[in-house]
Amino acid sequence: MMSTVAIPPFEIFYAEHNSEVLGLLRRKVGRDRADDAFQETFLRALRAYDRLEHGEHLRTWVLTIASHVAIDVHRRTKPTSEMPEIPHEDTRPAYEDLGELTDGLPAKERAAVVLRYGYDLTYDQIATALDSSPDAARQAASSGVRRLRKEARP
Amino acid sequence: MTVPTDLDIRFREAATRSGMLDAGYDLVDSPIGPLLVAASGRGLLRISFDADIEQHLEWLSRVAGRSVLRAPRQIDGARRELDEYFEGRRHAFDLSVDLREVTPFTERVLHELARIPFGETTTYAELAARAGSPKAARAVGMTMNRNRIPIVLPCHRVIGANGSLVGYAGGLDRKVALLTLEGVLL
Repeated sequence: MMSTVAIPPFEIFYAEHNSEVLGLLRRKVGRDRADDAFQETFLRALRAYDRLEHGEHLRTWVLTIASHVAIDVHRRTKPTSEMPEIPHEDTRPAYEDLGELTDGLPAKERAAVVLRYGYDLTYDQIATALDSSPDAARQAASSGVRRLRKEARP
Repeated sequence: MTVPTDLDIRFREAATRSGMLDAGYDLVDSPIGPLLVAASGRGLLRISFDADIEQHLEWLSRVAGRSVLRAPRQIDGARRELDEYFEGRRHAFDLSVDLREVTPFTERVLHELARIPFGETTTYAELAARAGSPKAARAVGMTMNRNRIPIVLPCHRVIGANGSLVGYAGGLDRKVALLTLEGVLL
């Protein structure tokens, strides 16, 4: 069994990842909206921090939360015609391992699948990261998996 | 790229307001050097003359929980009272303390310690007697040495039976400075 990576005090975690999170958010939602999204990302991380079980993949974990906050921002704000396209090649998906496989899934299902099976988070933790309920997280993960199975069939 | 200061401050304030922090800390300037001050929702956890954050983070997350953040707002009350104390405008602290990690004996001693008024001193033996353990002067000395919340819990007001200052975890010069501020020493 692998030894468990200790979870650092939140200050260390925040200091280590804050600039990368801000960079990601600026690319995904633009400079104007990145500040609020940054705050939301780290508040969601803080809410879940007590329940983390090990300190592995913290970078991926927080980038996943940020990606999801970015999606929420887009959902909340109706795009106008003047809004510039977000350059697709500039967005770096946080889910590196399962990223390609789950690319075709709806956002919520993709996040739930990656967090559950890529990073072994509990449904409680996923719910916190996605700002939803454990039941909804479980449902999103299982319908994501169902969809993947269907797509995998020849 | 670094996170702009105003954004960083905003997040730290929001985290404090959220009530989700196990502990928040910041440095407070004082005439006897910078003080590391940390507090949980229950009260003061730590005041230290050693401003090196790393080792405090480790201790704070072990005692209070891992959601520890530099959060100036979390210690606003303590900062204000310490400022007033050092300016000579405050003689008693009105701050709650978080003693969750101490033993019942230590808690009894610290409780009695907190009652020694500004500008007065007592001896280790006398403090031991007040805490109900008259033979425990030496243990009281250890408790003073390990006091996690100096100044507010005024271990600088405890001196030897012969009037010598004995010692101070923050260095004897700081004990002298505090007792001078309080008019005990000239």
